Amino acid sequence: MNAIEVTHASKLYRRYSRRRQFATLKSALLSGSLIRDLNPDETFAAVQDVTFTVPRGRTLGVIGRNGSGKSTMLKLVAGITKPTSGTVRVNGRISALIELGAGFHPEISGRENVFINGIMLGLTKKDIARRFDEIVEFAEMKEFIDAPVKTYSSGMYMRLGFAVAIHVDPDVLLVDEVLAVGDEGFTHKCLDKFAEFKRRGRTILLVTHSLGMVERFCDEALWLDGGKMKAMGDPKRVVGAYVTDVEVTEEKQLAAADAKAAEAAATAIMSPEEPAAAVLPDHPVETAGAPADMFRATEGRWGSREVEITDVMIASSDGERAHVFQSGDRLDVHIRMRAPLAIDDVVIGIGIFNAEGVCCYGTNTSLEELKLTRIYGDAEAIFTVDSIDLVEGTYKLDVAVHKFDGFPYDYHRLLYTFRIKSRTKDVGIYRPKHVWRFSDGVSVDTTPGPHASE
Amino acid sequence: MLHNLARLPRYRGLIQSLVARELKARYRGSVLGFFWSFINPLLLLLIYSFVFKYFLPQKAEGIDHYELFMFCGILPWTWFSASLLESSGVLISGGNLIKKVLFPAEVLPIVTVLANMVHFLLGLPVLAAFLIYFQRPLSLAELAWFPVALLVQLVLTLGFALILSALTVHFRDIRDILSNVMTFWFFATPIIYPYTIMAPWQMRILNLNPFTHLAITYQEILYFKGPVGHAFWLLVLGVISVVFFLFAYFVFDRLRDTFAEEV
Repeated sequence: MNAIEVTHASKLYRRYSRRRQFATLKSALLSGSLIRDLNPDETFAAVQDVTFTVPRGRTLGVIGRNGSGKSTMLKLVAGITKPTSGTVRVNGRISALIELGAGFHPEISGRENVFINGIMLGLTKKDIARRFDEIVEFAEMKEFIDAPVKTYSSGMYMRLGFAVAIHVDPDVLLVDEVLAVGDEGFTHKCLDKFAEFKRRGRTILLVTHSLGMVERFCDEALWLDGGKMKAMGDPKRVVGAYVTDVEVTEEKQLAAADAKAAEAAATAIMSPEEPAAAVLPDHPVETAGAPADMFRATEGRWGSREVEITDVMIASSDGERAHVFQSGDRLDVHIRMRAPLAIDDVVIGIGIFNAEGVCCYGTNTSLEELKLTRIYGDAEAIFTVDSIDLVEGTYKLDVAVHKFDGFPYDYHRLLYTFRIKSRTKDVGIYRPKHVWRFSDGVSVDTTPGPHASE
Repeated sequence: MLHNLARLPRYRGLIQSLVARELKARYRGSVLGFFWSFINPLLLLLIYSFVFKYFLPQKAEGIDHYELFMFCGILPWTWFSASLLESSGVLISGGNLIKKVLFPAEVLPIVTVLANMVHFLLGLPVLAAFLIYFQRPLSLAELAWFPVALLVQLVLTLGFALILSALTVHFRDIRDILSNVMTFWFFATPIIYPYTIMAPWQMRILNLNPFTHLAITYQEILYFKGPVGHAFWLLVLGVISVVFFLFAYFVFDRLRDTFAEEV
């Protein structure tokens, strides 16, 4: 038997023009447009033709970007809004963890609010009295339960709201990204509670951005994109497809940002002499003084252009232009240059900066004792990193061609962006190749715990 | 609509606890607490008797115990007008519930009306004290009509509360218009002046005002001696109120699905 049946459900929201926003009863009556004004000027489909079923006892994870209709979908299932077309059927008692403690009244005590909130969620006074201690215990609120709710911290407020909602003991539980309600310990407890629900054969619909949780916890995943169903099925497969799609979009965004930065740099007027100090120092000794400039430096381009960098391409292992890499992937930087006249004093340099502007790595041909003797006409240099061992984040590249003494021919400052993704949320800048080894005294559970965020 | 209406009794537990919460929350933090329910009507009475005894004595002429006369009208009027004024904004201020919780929206205006009814009922001991003070005994026949008047007023007020709360979601102006309308309505009701001193044409106009009949009934029960002559009109108003309530519920029900989007 199906706990949730959604058939061709669509939800249109109305969008009004400016005229409608300022319309009042008076103006509506005066212009006789009362009826017309109530009609929307245009509509916006938050959810479009979505069909799915959730059999009893299964857990469905709904994923998607912001604004993809996840929350609207949840409200439709909860019955808070009605679908514009199509049908939504739910068998059994629903409890929706959409906004925790939505019905709390600030002036009265937590105890009274628990009762009223419970009644709102469909319990009787007797039910609540029976579960009251359990609720308070779960919310870890024993000492504050008789204080007015307005004195609660936001964490306490959410915890109490969560505790009431979860103790309604619903057949169908709807959860909207509410696991950020407490500290690690409380989150753990919530997940345990969900697991208990699952064991008892209850149905859960979970809207979340935590993809790891969907993979581990859900029987099925639904991916919404722009209000439409993009995929549904095995969580691993759907999450994988979603992650790929997100990377493609990021790729496009970064490419667009790069193009914009390059364009801005090309039009900006830069004096070739002044920023020489920002050039990558040839001697490590000088780095001690230089970072101040490195931090301050913003995107830009300068140089005499005796040698011009015509294109910089960050490419993945397949040789295609790419902006998103997994940590440990191969990364190539293709630097295409043109020297109208033959130049014999030339150094090619590269620098990688993280989002905070910290130089993660910098090098040039001279530092690595590669003596370039001549550059003439169109030329290309390829800088290959076999394994880009950076932690997750966005990075920018400096690419430069300059004289041995630092005089810049063409300096591209932070104009190229790439992003590193990683399954491991380690911190820092650099990830040295490493392994963990344990003696017999340590036991290791190889399945990731439910508290891991991804 | 009828299906939804039939479900209303199921929410009585919810309504009950929300009314209790409303009353508790209102006086929480004030020194006198619940006593304000008694003190408010007393103060109101004090102001009006002061004004009509010393500034406009000609209006109060020919009425013994003018305070008592006025109190009979003001007490139910306060229930009526406060209910309307509060319920007009109740869906908007309760938007969180409508948007985030599966919640029967009509409960909110109903709770407003009932909470104000409790205040009205709490004012009755004050009224009783006045009746004893002025030595105005009530006959059983008169007393029997009191719950009828109360019921008619309840149905009428619920009707107004439902329709106003629903319309205010779409036209926020109603809240501002309403406070002025209520002031006018107050003076267009024989509360501070007796109906009987009006000219026939004035009476015809006053008769169109539903609250006129309630005020007169309350005055006949509590103030004037003799039988409740207005009982027939009260029953007519009762029938009209029921029809109006059903109409208001119909409007409310039609607009129900728009609340979650508009508030």
